[in-house]
Amino acid sequence: MVRVPAHGSQAGKGEHREKFYKLILLRNMATEVLTQAHHGAHDDHGHDHDHAHHESFIRKYIFSTDHKTIAKQFLLSALIFLFVGGGMALILRWQLAYPGQPLPLIGHLLSDSFVTDGVVQPGFFMQMTTMHASVMIFFVIIPLAVGFFGNLCIPLQIGTDDMAFPMVNMFSFWLVPPAAMCVMSGFFMDGGAAAAGWTHYPPLSVTSGAGHTMWTVGVFFAGFSSILGGLNYIVTVLNKRAPGMGMFDMPLTVWALFITAVLISLGTPVLASDLAVLFFDQFFHSSFFIPEGMLYADNVHTGGGQPILFQHLFWFYSHPAVYIMLLPLMGVVSDVMSTFSRRPIYGYKAMVFAMGAIGGLGFIVWGHHMFQSGMNPLLGTTFMLSTIVIAVPSAIKTFNWLGTLWRGSIRFSVPMLQALGFLTTFVVGGLSGIFMAAAPADVFIHDTYFIVAHIHYVLFGGSLFGIFAGIYYWFPKLFGRHMNEAWGQIHFFASFILFNLTFFPMHLLGIGGHMRRISDPTVYEFLAPFQDMNEFITLAAIGLGFAQLILVFNIIFSLKFGKKATRNPWRANSLEWACPSPPVGHGNFDRQIHVYRGPYEFSSPLTKKDYLPQWKKLEEKPAETPVTAQKTEAGESTKA
Amino acid sequence: MGSLSLAHEPVTGISHGKLGMWIFLATEIMFFSGFFATFIVMDAANPGLFEATATALNWKLALTNTIILICSSLTMALAILNLERKDTGKFRMFLGLTLLGACGFLIIKTIEYSGKFSHGIGPDTNVFYGIYFLMTGFHGVHVVAGMIPMIWMLGKSFSKKGYTNAGRVEVLGLYWHFVDLVWIFLFPVFYLLYNPSLVWGAAAAAGGH
Ligand code: HEM
Ligand SMILES: [Cu+2]
Repeated sequence: MVRVPAHGSQAGKGEHREKFYKLILLRNMATEVLTQAHHGAHDDHGHDHDHAHHESFIRKYIFSTDHKTIAKQFLLSALIFLFVGGGMALILRWQLAYPGQPLPLIGHLLSDSFVTDGVVQPGFFMQMTTMHASVMIFFVIIPLAVGFFGNLCIPLQIGTDDMAFPMVNMFSFWLVPPAAMCVMSGFFMDGGAAAAGWTHYPPLSVTSGAGHTMWTVGVFFAGFSSILGGLNYIVTVLNKRAPGMGMFDMPLTVWALFITAVLISLGTPVLASDLAVLFFDQFFHSSFFIPEGMLYADNVHTGGGQPILFQHLFWFYSHPAVYIMLLPLMGVVSDVMSTFSRRPIYGYKAMVFAMGAIGGLGFIVWGHHMFQSGMNPLLGTTFMLSTIVIAVPSAIKTFNWLGTLWRGSIRFSVPMLQALGFLTTFVVGGLSGIFMAAAPADVFIHDTYFIVAHIHYVLFGGSLFGIFAGIYYWFPKLFGRHMNEAWGQIHFFASFILFNLTFFPMHLLGIGGHMRRISDPTVYEFLAPFQDMNEFITLAAIGLGFAQLILVFNIIFSLKFGKKATRNPWRANSLEWACPSPPVGHGNFDRQIHVYRGPYEFSSPLTKKDYLPQWKKLEEKPAETPVTAQKTEAGESTKA
Repeated sequence: MGSLSLAHEPVTGISHGKLGMWIFLATEIMFFSGFFATFIVMDAANPGLFEATATALNWKLALTNTIILICSSLTMALAILNLERKDTGKFRMFLGLTLLGACGFLIIKTIEYSGKFSHGIGPDTNVFYGIYFLMTGFHGVHVVAGMIPMIWMLGKSFSKKGYTNAGRVEVLGLYWHFVDLVWIFLFPVFYLLYNPSLVWGAAAAAGGH
C-alpha cells in the first residue's frame, strides 16, 4: 500500500507513517460503511481535528465545496446537456435530409407552434440551430473543458487539498443550472426560444421576442460562472502548488487550464458587457445596436446605434472562447500521449510557450469572423495575417505531439485512441481554418457548410475527443474504478468513423455553396445534386448520436462493476497518481507531497523502471537502488 | 502521529483573497472597457448628439457624489488602518461612515435618475441617455454589491467576538477603491467632457482678468 523509504535513517519514520496511513485507510472504510448506512458521514479524528462534524447529504452531494464533487457535478450536467444538444442536432439533420416529412417518434408530441403535423417549421428550425449551438458551447464544452477538468485536475496535479476559494467554486457550478433554465425558458414563451443563431447578432436578436432576452440573461450567468471559475484557477495555480513545484514542474494540463483561465478573465467580461448592452436594447429599448431608420413591426427603438459593434465585442470574446474550449484539451492529450507512449513530452517549454502564444494571438484575430461585415479591406488583411500567424504555435504543438509519439512504446488504450482522434481531427480543422482565414477564400465559403465542417472538426473532433480522452484517463482516479476497455474501444471507433462520415462531406457541401442555417435545401435548385449527401450525413449523424450512448452505459456500468483501480494504474508521473483512487475525502492526499522533478520523466536513465514520479525522492546513487524498494513499489501498484 | 497538512503559505506570498481580488478587478476593467468602447462608438456614430444632450445632466449632483465617493474611499482606508491597530471603536466608526457615504451616493443617484424619469427621459430616449443609464446603472450595482459585505462586517463587529479579519477588510477596500475609480472616470466623461463652457468658463472666471 505505502512505499517504505529505503534509506536506513528514515526507515523508522517510514514504518511509523505506514501505520498512520493504515489507520487512515481503516478510517475511510469505516466512513464509507457509515455513509452507506445512514445518509451522513462521520468524519472522525483521523486527519483533521477541526473538521470533525456531521455532513448532511445536501452539503456532501449537492452544495458541496469539495472540488471532486463539483467536478462530478459538472460532468453529470454536461453529459445530460450533451444529449439535449445532440437531440436538437438530430432534429436539424432530419429536416435537412427529409424536408417536409414528419419527425419520427417525437414529431407529434411537439407543440403546434413548433411543428405542423409533425413537420418542423422554419421558425422552429432556427430555434434548434441556435439552441443546439448554445447548449453545446455554453453548457457542454465549456463546463467540461473548464469546469470538469479544472476541478478534477488542478488541485490533484499541483498536490493540494482543494481550490483557493471552495465556496466560489461551488457558486461557479450552481450558476450553470439557472443559466441553462434561462436560455431554455424561451421554449415556453411567446415567439419561442432564441432563434438568432448562437452568435445572436442584432438587430434580429433585439427585435424577436422574449426568448432572446432570456437567452441574453442566461448566457450572462454562464459567463459569470466561467469568470468565477477562472479567477479561482489562477489563484489556486499561483498560490497552492505543493512544496518544490515550480511553474515549469506543472503538467501541461495545469498549464493549459491556467492559460485558459487567463483568457477567461480577460475575454468573458467583454462578452458580459456586450450582453449587458444587448439586454438594454432588448429590455429597456435603448438603441445601441439598432441603426438609424430601421423599421419593423412594433417599432420601439429610436435608432442611432451600430449593429456591427455587437459583432466586434462578441468576437473579441468568442474567438478567445474557441481556445477556451480547446486549450484545456490540448493539455489533457499531452498528458495522455506522454503516458501512453512512455516518452517525455517533446519540447515541454515550447508547448507552454505555444499555448501562451495561441492565447495571446487569440485576442487580435477576432475580425476573421467579420470579413463580410463591410469592414475596411486593410483591416481585413490585418486580421487575415494575424490569424494565419496563429497557425505557427498550433503547428509547434502538433509537431511536438508527433515528436512525443515518435519511437515511443505506444499502448493503444482507450484514452490514447481518443487522444489520437483529437490529434487527427484537430489537424483537419486547423487546416480548414487556415483556408477560411484567407479573406479572399472566405468571401466564398463564409456562412456555408464549410464553416459548419470546420466548427465540428475543432469542437467535436478536437474538444470532445479530448474530453473523452480525459474522461477515460482520469475515471479510475475520480471514481476508483476502471471503465470497460472493450466498450471504450467500440465507442472510440464508432465515434471516430461516424464522426468523419458526418462532418467531412460538409466541406464539400460548403464549397458547393450550401448555406448554413437554412431549413429547406430543396427550395434551391442548385443544391439539388447535394440532397443525397444531406441524407447520407443525416444517417451517419444518427449513428454518431447513438454511439454516444455507449459512453453513458460504460460510465454507469463501470461505476458499479468496473475493475477496481489502483493508485497509479497508468504508471504515470504527475501528482494526482500519488493519492488513493478515489482521493481521500477532505484533502485528497494521504501522504506529505514534495515535488522533486518535472511531470514527464518517462524512460528516465535515473531509474530502472520506465517512469519516475514527481513525488519520488531519489537517493544519491540511483544505480544502487535496493531491489526491496522496487518490490514494495510494484506491490503498491497492484495492492493499493 | 504527525498530522498531514497540505495547507501551506501562499506560494506567491500574497494572500488568496488579495490575489483573487486583483484578478477580479482585472476582469472588471475588461467589463467596463466594453462599455467605454460602446461609448466611443456611439459618440463617433452620432456627431453632435452627445454635445447636445450632455449639458442636460445635473453636474452639481454628480460633483457632490464624486466628493462623497472619494471621502468614502478615505474612510475605508482609515477603517482598515484602525482594524490593523485593533482599535475596534474607530474601525466601526470609519466603516460606518463609508457605508453612509455609499448610501448617500445612492440617494443622490436616485434623485438624479428620478429627475430624468419625471421628464419622460429613459434609456430609450437616445443613445446618449442609453449609455448614461447603462454605465451609471452598472456602477450603481457595484456600489450596492460593495455595501453588502460592509453591512455584514459592521454587524459582526458588534457581536461578542467582534470582527478582526483585517485582511478581508483590506480586500474589500481594494474593491471599494476600484468602484471609486470607475466613478472618477465616469464623472468627467459624462458631465464635463461635453460641457466645455462649464469647465473653461469656470476656469476663466476663477482666473479673472
Ligand atoms: C488554426 C486554427 C484556426 C483558424 C485559422 C480558424 C479560422 C476560422 C475562421 C477564419 C473562421 C470564420 C469563418 C467564417 O465565418 O467565414 C472560423 C470560424 C469558427 N471557428 Fe475557427 N479557426 C481555427 C481554429 C479553431 C478552433 C481550435 C476552434 C474551436 C475549438 C474554432 C472554432 C470556430 C468556430 C466555432 C467558428 C464558427 C463561428 C460561427 O458560428 O460563425 N476554430 N475559424
Ligand atoms: Cu475565430
